[in-house]
Amino acid sequence: MKTDKAGLSIRTKSNLTGWSFILIAVVMIATFYFYPMAQALILSFKTGTGSNLTFTGWDNYIRLLSDKTFLTALTNTFIYLIVQVPIMIILALFISVLLNDSKLKFRGFFRTAIFLPCVTSLVAYSVVFKYLFAADGLVNSLLMSLSIIGEPIQWITHPFWAKITIIIAITWRWTGYNMIFYLSALQNIDSSIYEAARIDGASSFKQFTKITIPMLKPIILFTSITSTIGTLQLFDEVMNITKGGPGNATLSISQYIYNLSFKYTADFGYAATVSYSIVVIIVLLSILQFKVAGDKK
Amino acid sequence: MRKLKRVFTYVFLGGAAFISIFPFLWMVVSATNKSVDVTRGRLLPGSHLFENFRKLADSTDLWTSLWNSAQIAVLTTILAIVIASLAGYGFEIFRSRLKDIVFNILLLSMMIPFAALMIPLYRMFADISSSAPAIGIDTIASVMLPTITTAFLIFFFRQNSKMFPKDMVEAGRIDGLSELGIFFKIFMPTMKTTYAAAGIITFMSSWNNYLWPLIVLQSPERKTIPLLISNLGSGYAPDYGLIMLAIVIATLPTALVFFLMQKHFVAGMMGSVK
Repeated sequence: MKTDKAGLSIRTKSNLTGWSFILIAVVMIATFYFYPMAQALILSFKTGTGSNLTFTGWDNYIRLLSDKTFLTALTNTFIYLIVQVPIMIILALFISVLLNDSKLKFRGFFRTAIFLPCVTSLVAYSVVFKYLFAADGLVNSLLMSLSIIGEPIQWITHPFWAKITIIIAITWRWTGYNMIFYLSALQNIDSSIYEAARIDGASSFKQFTKITIPMLKPIILFTSITSTIGTLQLFDEVMNITKGGPGNATLSISQYIYNLSFKYTADFGYAATVSYSIVVIIVLLSILQFKVAGDKK
Repeated sequence: MRKLKRVFTYVFLGGAAFISIFPFLWMVVSATNKSVDVTRGRLLPGSHLFENFRKLADSTDLWTSLWNSAQIAVLTTILAIVIASLAGYGFEIFRSRLKDIVFNILLLSMMIPFAALMIPLYRMFADISSSAPAIGIDTIASVMLPTITTAFLIFFFRQNSKMFPKDMVEAGRIDGLSELGIFFKIFMPTMKTTYAAAGIITFMSSWNNYLWPLIVLQSPERKTIPLLISNLGSGYAPDYGLIMLAIVIATLPTALVFFLMQKHFVAGMMGSVK
């Protein structure tokens, strides 16, 4: 085996150099992700205010099961998830298929325009939406002048409409983002496949369900997982549009954790317990989504 | 039938484009109007831009917030792309079974929601505060540190490193360059596009970050621009023209970055699923 002056083999030396390249990143991720993750787990078995915490075993988890506010936040989050994610993904797919037509005029304009919402910060667009959807806001006056509605909708202050407002807002912000992924995947599909299908007499709808959807499946899976994780962490929008209200009608799990830690008397232990519920849900949903996507192959 | 489909396509895409752009137009127009005109639904540009600006600059910490946000976003971006590209390159060029395992463990961190981290992180920085005030609560460092390194960015650089010709590494070694020399003198310049894409994505997410700064930044002179906007928007008698102007100002940097580097930005997002 060849060795250098220090007596290390070239293989070992190259291996060590490799470790030195990744060292900072590994330390940073361990310090700011895995270590706090373990801390949160320990914390979830403690109770107390501020930093006076004592071990109380499963108390927090038992409390979680009968916590009505948690149940509300969980339900809200799932409503957002079940309603918003499919709407957004279908909309993004539909738009990207329309945009994929090479004969379409103003393609660049449409693409840029629909993608544009992604450059706004979540806080900035939330505040804009809060005013657009105010009782005396522009959306209501527009709908009234078009005679679609007779009187203003209480978008922000009615439990049902407040949820709808949040859903509309998230859809506005993220549809273009998902569209870009589909568009790039569509451009990688060989157009001769579509030509062959057309010659065989397949309708546009058939082409969409039999070629486009199966070809895009990995990307659809990717976007649905990232959207699911994003929705489960929803915070900026509810905080800035509705503050979780009216009542707790729009409260998300993340905002509930924030409230438990920084708004009410700080209960870090219980907040950590609630936060682990998101971890568990994300893991379960990701496994489920992989399963669903895998089985249909 | 064909023609009908065509018409439908344009009407649908036109509608979607209008809905996407409208809030921007409204926010820009409103920034030039008086508060009452904004609530009245005025859709034409007004003459109050300068007055709104003067009031905004006088009554809020606009400049301080912008400066804080700029410092955080620029520093985070530089550190993030250096650390992540070193790691991505390291994982791809110096492969070993153990490194692949470590890489997969790092990827798991992408599944960890921030909500699960924020309380321990907050406590961690609160504990540090007394012994190392420079990186404790209410400092720029405390905002930056947890956001600098993400598994996503390491993954992104590793994916893109696959396209980097390995012969160049050999050539560099024969020319007597050190491993770091090869990285800085050969890899970095060749992968400019990858760096641009990674830089844009990191800059945008850092500039727009809200929840973590909301938790760690406490004094008014430390606030970042999203915190300023959130505060303005929660007042009881909001001055709509002024708030809209603040939002326009906060959106300008990311919108500019987007328009100047649209191709890289889109390429960067795509790089994440390749």
